Amino acid sequence: MMSIFMELTPLQLTFYFAALLAIVASLKVVTGKNTVHALLYLVVSLLAVAVCFYLMGAPFAAGLEVIVYAGAILVLFVFAIMMFGLGQDETLHAPSVNGRVDGSKVNKFNLWFGPFLLALLLLTELVYAINSGEIQAKLTSNTIDAKQVGILLYGPYLLAVEIASFLLLAGLIGGYHFAKPEGVGLDRKKDIGEHG
Amino acid sequence: MNDTMIPLMTETVLAFLPFYPLISFLLLIGFGKCLSWRVAASLSIGAMVLSALSSLFVVTQLSVDVPVITSHLWTWFSLSLTEGANQTTASININFYLDGLSAVMISVVSGIGLLIHVFAAAYMKEDENFSRFMAYMNLFIVAMLILVLADNLVLLYLGWEGVGLCSFLLIGFWYQEKENVLAARKAFIVTRVGDTAMAIGLFMLFKELGQLTIVDITQSAQTLWITGDDKAYWIALLLLGGAVGKSAQLPLQTWLPDAMAGPTPVSALIHAATMVTAGVYLIARMNGIFLLAPEVMNYVAWLGAATLLLAGVAALAQSDIKRVLAYSTMSQIGYMMLSLGAGAFSAGVFHLMTHAFFKALLFLTAGAIILALHHQQNLFKMGGLLKRLPFETALFAVGLVCLMALPGSSGFFSKEAIIAQLWSSNTAGPLLWYCAIFGALLTSIYSCRLFFLAFMGESRFEQNLQPSSSKLLKISLIALAALSLVGGMFANIIDMSLTQVFPLVARSTKSEPNWLHTIAIATPFVGIIFSWFYFSSYRSKGSAGLNQNNFSESTSGIANFCRQGLGFDCLYHWLLVKPYCSLAKLNRRDIFDQLIMLNAWYVVLCHDVLKSGQTGKLRWYAAAIGLVTFLLLLVLSVGALSTEAS
Amino acid sequence: MIAIPLSHILILASILFVIGFIGVITRKNTLFILMSLEVMLNAVGVAFIGAGSAWQQADGQVMFILILTLAAAEVALGLALLIQMQHRFKSLDIDLLSKLKG
Repeated sequence: MMSIFMELTPLQLTFYFAALLAIVASLKVVTGKNTVHALLYLVVSLLAVAVCFYLMGAPFAAGLEVIVYAGAILVLFVFAIMMFGLGQDETLHAPSVNGRVDGSKVNKFNLWFGPFLLALLLLTELVYAINSGEIQAKLTSNTIDAKQVGILLYGPYLLAVEIASFLLLAGLIGGYHFAKPEGVGLDRKKDIGEHG
Repeated sequence: MNDTMIPLMTETVLAFLPFYPLISFLLLIGFGKCLSWRVAASLSIGAMVLSALSSLFVVTQLSVDVPVITSHLWTWFSLSLTEGANQTTASININFYLDGLSAVMISVVSGIGLLIHVFAAAYMKEDENFSRFMAYMNLFIVAMLILVLADNLVLLYLGWEGVGLCSFLLIGFWYQEKENVLAARKAFIVTRVGDTAMAIGLFMLFKELGQLTIVDITQSAQTLWITGDDKAYWIALLLLGGAVGKSAQLPLQTWLPDAMAGPTPVSALIHAATMVTAGVYLIARMNGIFLLAPEVMNYVAWLGAATLLLAGVAALAQSDIKRVLAYSTMSQIGYMMLSLGAGAFSAGVFHLMTHAFFKALLFLTAGAIILALHHQQNLFKMGGLLKRLPFETALFAVGLVCLMALPGSSGFFSKEAIIAQLWSSNTAGPLLWYCAIFGALLTSIYSCRLFFLAFMGESRFEQNLQPSSSKLLKISLIALAALSLVGGMFANIIDMSLTQVFPLVARSTKSEPNWLHTIAIATPFVGIIFSWFYFSSYRSKGSAGLNQNNFSESTSGIANFCRQGLGFDCLYHWLLVKPYCSLAKLNRRDIFDQLIMLNAWYVVLCHDVLKSGQTGKLRWYAAAIGLVTFLLLLVLSVGALSTEAS
Repeated sequence: MIAIPLSHILILASILFVIGFIGVITRKNTLFILMSLEVMLNAVGVAFIGAGSAWQQADGQVMFILILTLAAAEVALGLALLIQMQHRFKSLDIDLLSKLKG
């Protein structure tokens, strides 16, 4: 085992290390008690995955991961938590009696055992499926750069892009509507009614 | 042309004979509510008159040259029995068969039936369900006529069941009272036991002999079986079971006293004159089978004797006038069974006829008395009716004279005919003769007790009497009294017509003692003298106190035991009714229903299991998705494994 | 130079996916559920990128871009719903939203 390990090139080693980091960070996200800490762990995980992407020969994807995923989506998370005070339960919370959102009881064994078992089963299954598939493919050193991705995006996947924009529009409108506080639209209606 | 016309006409008349009351029944049931008393009464009595006239006509056509008249109506169905290579087919037809025996029966049924209908029209006049009553009575007559005219056993069974049904309907006529309905139910169930035995006997007959027409059965039985054959024994025993149920003999006699809950004309018609004689008719009709099974004839005789004595003893302890008459009927039918068992078929049938006359007379007169006393039936509350109701007393006395078989009455001729043939019969014997004599003694004792309690002594009934002044009532009663008195004269005619029906039964050659007849004639008088002194308290002036505590019905243990039918009711209750009811209680939730509900329970269980998966919690659903994914992958990988392996 | 077997990458993807899955089914706080969902989506992205690189096609990255888009829209709406939930129930317990029970 150690000999295989020694045969790896530094870049491969980096890949495995980044993968390990991603896994550990994800575990900390899932078992975290503090919301903001968990978010930051998530950011770490995403960054580690970006490293993996780069080492897999997909620099464009790595860049997107950092900029869009970690840089926009998770920042949105952080903004929402900060602005609407969504994370407060976890930090100040004392153990509650009827088991409502309870930060301190997060690490109970009973809580984790069943899901852990299920996840383990699923994982075993997946790994087995992957291994038995005899995938011989190995990644080569060729990178697939942004230009190639762009050609595809503007070519065969044009419609997909348009549909993705629809999705974003829907998300935008939905987000605006749902996040609206109560009573905001009513004044407008009253205005319209008065004026005619 | 006359020669061919008359038989054809006779056949047609015979064919229509039972159906006049049927039409009347349908009309009365259909339109009963709108018909007035007059219309309903004339409809039902008119149908009976037509039937009576037809039977009279048909009976007179019978002669030595024409011993049998048959009439084919239509073919009901065919039965076939395949045994190996043989296939026997019997076709069951609606045929009527008239010979001497049927002639006697239809005369009794339609004649007495007519008189009782007339009485009933007057008796039930005030009842609001008059049309329904007369309809049921007519239906009964239809069923009874079909029973006695049937030429095959299936049609007989139809009539048999029909009379059972009408008995149920009529006993429970006043169905608003619970006891009446219970009595009707008891009658139906007890006779059903007998009917089942008879049905099994019919099945066996068909299996053994391949046919169900009575004439053919008798012929093939005599050719195929020797006397004492096993099959004949069992079939005769089963038919005896049926007869015992319908005729209220031991052991199925418990229903008859309770059946007195019905109106008095019902008791007269069904439970004195006709239905209870159906058993006697069955045995007489199937004499071919019975003669082939001498042990069964012995059983018949012993059953008859036992019932005779049991009923006589029970009648001594009764306080209800109708129950005394019911036990008396039971006892007299015991006589008929005794005579059939001894091989004296004609004597038994003759006694059937005379019994029908005087028992109907007794019942109807009792009905008239009960009506006059505002529906009071307890003997200990009657008394001194000799002075207050002379007409009814005289009629009742005529009836009792015939019952006790005093010389000159019709009962005398028939009973002596029976007793005379007992001593030297092969299947009866001296012991049964002694039983019959003792039974005659008991008959006279209880008859005298009844007479003294009800008619003599001081009057214990304080209210005013209301004797019925209906002419119809009086006419029917007088007709019956006349028939009871002169019925003895029919003996010769009956004998003649019956000898052609019944084969001659061999008698033993023992010599009979000379004193047989003398003792038989003297017995009723001995009984009268005994009761004159023993029951003197009942007929004396001091009997007014009888309904006080001192002289009321004896409440001693033996008296109670006898009054309740010698414990048979109690026995059956504890032996049969209670276990059955407790079993039914045990099965109250009905195990078969529960088994079927098992299906529903299982479905509900599955539903509950599935419902518990609908927690409404998001995480649960997500976990479910994960689980299913796992299972799917499992299936796929196992499939991949197996294809790899193979 | 780099010869990482595709199977390893897929195994990495499955591990991340399963971790995210655990988070989804265990945590009661809706926010954490959303975060775990992000982890799962990310894992799927890893798988796609790995496959794309293995077959030397850009389709993997295109798919990853679409996944990213999806994640963005989903986070926006999810957070908006979370805000509503906080407003109405004063708590982020996902088990409170169980009116579809039974």
